[in-house]
Amino acid sequence: MSLKRPAKDQPENFEFTPNSLKAAEAIVTNYPKGKQQSAVMALLYIAQRQNNNWIPLAAMKYIAKFLNMPYIKVYEVATFYSMYNLSPVGKYFIQVCTTTPCMIRGANMLVEACKEKISKNESELSNDKKCSWIEVECLGACVNAPMMQINEEYFEDLDKEKTLKILDKILKDEIPKPGSYRGRTSNEPENNRKTLMDLKNA
Amino acid sequence: MLKLKVNDMDVEVEEGLTVLQACEKAGVEIPKFCYHEKLSIAGNCRMCLVEMEKSAKPIASCAMPASEGMVIKTNTPMIEKSRKGVMEFLLANHPLDCPVCDQGGECDLQDQSMFYGIDKSRFKENKRAVPDKNMGPLIKTQMTRCIHCTRCIRFATEIAGVPELGAIGRGEDMQITTYLEQSIKSELSGNVIDLCPVGALTSKPYVFEARPWELKKTETIDVMDAIGSNIRVDTYGWEVKRVLPIINEDINEEWISDKTRYACDGLLNQRLDVPYVKYNNNFEKASWKEVFNIIKSKIENSNKENICGFVGDLTNMETSFIFKEFFERTLNSKKYESRTSDRFIDNSSRENYIFNSTINGIEESDFIFLIGANPRFEATMINARIRKAYLNNKTKIISLNDVGDLTYPYEALNGKTQSIKDVIENKNSLSQAILDSKKPMIIIGESFLDLEKSEYLFNSLKKFLYKNKKFTNEWNPLNILSTDASSVGNFDLDIINNNEMLLKDLKENKFEIVFLIGQDNIDFKKKDEFVIYQGSHGDKGAELADIILPGSAFTEESSHYTNLEGKIQKTFKASYPPGEAKEDWQIINELAELMNNRKLFNDKEELQSSMFNYLNIKKEKQKSNFVDNKIEDNFVNEYLKVNYKDYYFSNVIARSSKTMVDCNNNKHEIKRTGTEG
Repeated sequence: MSLKRPAKDQPENFEFTPNSLKAAEAIVTNYPKGKQQSAVMALLYIAQRQNNNWIPLAAMKYIAKFLNMPYIKVYEVATFYSMYNLSPVGKYFIQVCTTTPCMIRGANMLVEACKEKISKNESELSNDKKCSWIEVECLGACVNAPMMQINEEYFEDLDKEKTLKILDKILKDEIPKPGSYRGRTSNEPENNRKTLMDLKNA
Repeated sequence: MLKLKVNDMDVEVEEGLTVLQACEKAGVEIPKFCYHEKLSIAGNCRMCLVEMEKSAKPIASCAMPASEGMVIKTNTPMIEKSRKGVMEFLLANHPLDCPVCDQGGECDLQDQSMFYGIDKSRFKENKRAVPDKNMGPLIKTQMTRCIHCTRCIRFATEIAGVPELGAIGRGEDMQITTYLEQSIKSELSGNVIDLCPVGALTSKPYVFEARPWELKKTETIDVMDAIGSNIRVDTYGWEVKRVLPIINEDINEEWISDKTRYACDGLLNQRLDVPYVKYNNNFEKASWKEVFNIIKSKIENSNKENICGFVGDLTNMETSFIFKEFFERTLNSKKYESRTSDRFIDNSSRENYIFNSTINGIEESDFIFLIGANPRFEATMINARIRKAYLNNKTKIISLNDVGDLTYPYEALNGKTQSIKDVIENKNSLSQAILDSKKPMIIIGESFLDLEKSEYLFNSLKKFLYKNKKFTNEWNPLNILSTDASSVGNFDLDIINNNEMLLKDLKENKFEIVFLIGQDNIDFKKKDEFVIYQGSHGDKGAELADIILPGSAFTEESSHYTNLEGKIQKTFKASYPPGEAKEDWQIINELAELMNNRKLFNDKEELQSSMFNYLNIKKEKQKSNFVDNKIEDNFVNEYLKVNYKDYYFSNVIARSSKTMVDCNNNKHEIKRTGTEG
């Protein structure tokens, strides 16, 4: 983990779309008057979602003005958290979990697949600039290891082949089905559960 | 009061203090980096750990409020070990470059590692390296040395009111920077250098100039504005190397403005070191004897009525007083003046030209009304106090004009003098606000006094406040914000001429001889006058002169200045005048001796005692406070334009300073090309 730097090529302007604006205003109302600055993290995330998964400097300025706070304070927050991207990551942003449980179950194969299909190095845009991948720490889906996250969806129980198929679809602008790729319902056992059968809601 | 035990000693402290303050009260020293009594508490350096009974872990004393019955220990083996541990972590990434670091010799980290640290490091890995940041022409950065105490960030956000500094990234990769490395846009930015406990932020103009132990330190008074900040002047031989603040809670607290700190290189440039005489539009060097003889014959050959004198903005009171005596006793004339415009000053009573509520009073005030003043540039330390008052008490601040960012929010009116008249006549909602407030402050800038009808407005405003009983024994709401160090002293010494229009006569070229004592701010077209300029720097005044008498600057003379609150303060001689230049009072004394064969004063003590005598007699005379005279109503609605001097070029010293030029270029984003000559 090293210090994140803002991208060199920055768009001049940034403005919330009507949808983002609505969401942002709803979040600001959650906080008492005069304390709107607390909404900065949520607003940064809204901006990131709107702007192909990364936050340009113009967006930080826009949010600072939106919440009436100094630019540097927004910049501090954006550089602190690893999940805010300060340079372009593509419309499809792939995060491969490589923490212990996933690693034991073969996460390195997923990384290999990403290297083949997207780019040699992590945080590097694919040729068509649509996609990039990154290794991340635990995403909390250890039961379904190995797994990866594409934008907001989890893709679980993967191996190299399945990953390659998913990536092919993504690169063709198709949205693959999220969830387990071994036919499990969320994180239940394969072929239905065998224990606690008498409990309805177990 | 709370009772605590610190190292088996009983201490009593007020409620609301921290454990660290309680320990200091008990006389126990606690090492610290991030804690500073004027800033908010961060508690992130962990150096101030102490042991508290009933707590398994050591506690950060700077962030722990003192409470009843605490038993604190600071000298146990555990604390010794924890200090060593913290020190080792702080030094893990700190470069071992003390020999080339400007902070060396006055570095908190250096001192404390000698006291509390261990002599070797177990850190075998590579040290962190951090790229340096651009923070403008005043602050040099070496961010690898930074220990992340965040004092600079807290200072910029809280006291300077420019939230431009911040910490980006996290953990080991945290870096202190300004937003996108822009320079800090504040007039107090230099103070972060004093605050920095290590050598991460050091002074750019002072870089590699001297070591602290080689410098001679003289505690004196600043003259860059009328506040009279208490400063320490560090000299190496003749040269003034740097200026630092010293603590005076009543005036500048712990801070000074950037002009005070950095204009000192102006004391080395453009200096007048020998007397000059103008022959055929060229200045030629001369001896003191020659120039005195020329002046003598000129004065003897001209009508005494046609001699006038003007005293400048940095002139000390001794010089002003002897100049006045010279005119009255040697020339039998009263044609002297210290103002440079038709400014309304009623010097019959002292409260008409001083900052009556006092600088400390700003913090007690609950309503501040600025009329024709921009305190940020005219009196930076007062602006910092107003900001403090705003932060602590949410003081309501109103300005007649919109004067741009003052580092605190204020309500701006339309800038017309009609609004003031409405307030006086109770036609404006503001007057009710003034009446409702317990301790209102009206701060009147010089731009207001320069107005054509300022006399009427000033007197009726005073009457309005007086009638509504806002003048009490402990509160005087009327404040004049002078901008020149010599103003109040000159008014106290009555270097003011309300009977004759000296400036008008000067502009109409009615005089034969014009005597300028450090006066560089008068605009007039010279015709046949014989101009004598006495001062320290070759500036506008010297350009006009026929004879130049080299005088001394404020660091080269022990003298007195009265600050804008009317506090008289003594300055001390830190250096000596260059070349053949002399102390200002001496020059006039010698000239008088030549003219009348008698010195005005035998020595400086006699001059000073005579001056204090004059001030004391004057003080006794004016006991009566307010005279309810009928005020002539000659009101005309005017637009009040706030004309403040360019902050970085307000006096001769600042104008001769290269650092101030850099600051100004930086402010207006002028890039240096190297071809400007």
